[in-house]
Amino acid sequence: MSNIGSYEERVKNFGWSIAEKELDYKDGDVINIGWYCSDRICDMGKADKVALHWEGMGGKTKRYTFDQIRINSNKVGDFLRSLGIQAEDRVCLFMDKIPELYISFLGGLKIGAIVQPLFSAFGDESLHVRLENAETKAIITQRKHIAKVRRLLDKSPYLKHIIVVDSDERKPLREREVAFDLESYPEPKNFRIHPTKAESPSVLHYTSGTTGQPKGVKHVHYSLISQYLTTKWVLDLQDDDIYWCTADPGWVTGTSYGIIGPWSLGTTQCVLDVGFSAESWYKFIEKYKVTVWYSAPTAIRSLMKAGDEIIKKFDLSSLRHLASVGEPLNAEAVVWSEKVYGHPFLDTYWQTETGSMMLTNFPGMKIKPGSMGKPFPGITAAIVDPKTFEPYSEHGKIGLIAFRPGWPAMMRTYWNNEETYQAKFKNGWYLPGDRAYIDQDGYFWFVGRDDDIINTGGHLVSPFEVESALLEHEAVAESAVVSKPDEVNMEVVKAFVMLKPGYEIDDMLELSIMNFIRKKLSPLAMPQEIEYVEKLPKTRSGKIMRRLLHAKEWGEEIGDTSTLEDD
Amino acid sequence: MEDMKEIVLEYVIDEYLEDEDDEISYDTPLISGGIVDSFSMVSLKRFLEAKYKISIPDEKATPEAFDSVNKITDLVKEFVK
Repeated sequence: MSNIGSYEERVKNFGWSIAEKELDYKDGDVINIGWYCSDRICDMGKADKVALHWEGMGGKTKRYTFDQIRINSNKVGDFLRSLGIQAEDRVCLFMDKIPELYISFLGGLKIGAIVQPLFSAFGDESLHVRLENAETKAIITQRKHIAKVRRLLDKSPYLKHIIVVDSDERKPLREREVAFDLESYPEPKNFRIHPTKAESPSVLHYTSGTTGQPKGVKHVHYSLISQYLTTKWVLDLQDDDIYWCTADPGWVTGTSYGIIGPWSLGTTQCVLDVGFSAESWYKFIEKYKVTVWYSAPTAIRSLMKAGDEIIKKFDLSSLRHLASVGEPLNAEAVVWSEKVYGHPFLDTYWQTETGSMMLTNFPGMKIKPGSMGKPFPGITAAIVDPKTFEPYSEHGKIGLIAFRPGWPAMMRTYWNNEETYQAKFKNGWYLPGDRAYIDQDGYFWFVGRDDDIINTGGHLVSPFEVESALLEHEAVAESAVVSKPDEVNMEVVKAFVMLKPGYEIDDMLELSIMNFIRKKLSPLAMPQEIEYVEKLPKTRSGKIMRRLLHAKEWGEEIGDTSTLEDD
Repeated sequence: MEDMKEIVLEYVIDEYLEDEDDEISYDTPLISGGIVDSFSMVSLKRFLEAKYKISIPDEKATPEAFDSVNKITDLVKEFVK
């Protein structure tokens, strides 16, 4: 029997109080995610249960019980306090998927700090703008990433402490840098957890915007309520499950469902911190007997590409429930996964701003491959007219996905950008920026983004950010960035580039532009293709018409070109 | 061949290795070792194509074929005239 039981019954009798009751939370109580994910689980008699199986390069392994997670997160909190970090100070986590990342996440929350996890592959500029925007006071990182942080120091006046979790004599520490060793740090006596309340800020995740800089999505400790219940009902985690969320906590899936959801339920989870290969993933599932697997369409399509034969080399019979997030999961992948693993990947739809799952396929529900499923109980979802923002009553009509605000994990604002936050709401609906339709059975079907944002491998990339960075390359006069189709990543970044006079097109120049963006922004933002043009399509007012370039890449109708400037 | 290995190794160290204190060899796993991610692999492929004036078909440019300097040079050798 699945945790959700009957979807229809749950919808009929739903209230977020279900989660509040299970978590012993009452309105006005202290609620601290760090405590809920460690101390509370220990208090429930699971102190010795394994919380984390970790495996890194070269087969290196580590294992932590819930009690060890509790003690170690207290150590992080104690150390941060000793540096003068206070409630609501921003603490950035800039690490690979090592245990210190997961433990520091809880440690930061326990002292009431706002935790700001950032993807460790971010380049200099991507890291800098996010630290500056948040006025981040401390960053916890590894020796391997410290060179990147050092390059920003002169222009990061707010950054007071650079905490290195694996410092050694090979790289002597400099000013503002401090070593922190989780194992040797003494267990703090009488560690005090900060009495955060429902609306106390917790996590700041950054997401790309169509124009301007990335936006800091502010979440609060009350988000736990919907993260707990969606994990329980959609991922169906049960007491004896071994769970693997493949997402990096630099992105929201890696925190909402890679830390908060599973650990607030007291579930054992596994983390693999090596690069992707079908063989290493299957070996990992076999070794740890993973039962519930939450992954992303890009990874699933890469596994499809690796073929069916390799699967026969491994015993994957422990798997019982699979789910996917990040971008729409194509029907072929759903059908294929059922064929080869015996279970289909169930698609879930949500985003950084929603903080928890919104539309999902549930255990036991009839699956329509390619569909995002139905709204989570308690979520009012609709497809609205893009002009009037009134819900469509007809089935099959394409419009904007819309949600009635009010679920616990909804973002509370964009950091220092209330205006952009307010613009996300129209006619009382929150608009995530995607187009879809609803079929006659109430299933939602994804159609596409409603803006220029590129979703590559489940990660959002802003064309504006890439274009701005391209202009800083010595050879680039002007550029336009759009998505182009990609078999594995759904879409990838493509740049149309006008060169400055005196520069000739050649392969090394193209490579130089690609690497420039990779290091400045991130590998995700690096154009996978560059097309040189003599002119970019613009409106008469001089605005680049990305729409025309996008249509060309996707083989779509160009549409209205009446505003295109004349030759 | 040794030259090619050295050139590729040096390029990987210069472009992709974050910690200059780390040491890598011709056999160090690059993709499965997390040194070069799948997105960055495209730039590594472009480097090889530009440097050796070859064209590597996409179906040959797999994560497995790019997983070490030794494997990469084996692949490049197939296309160098």
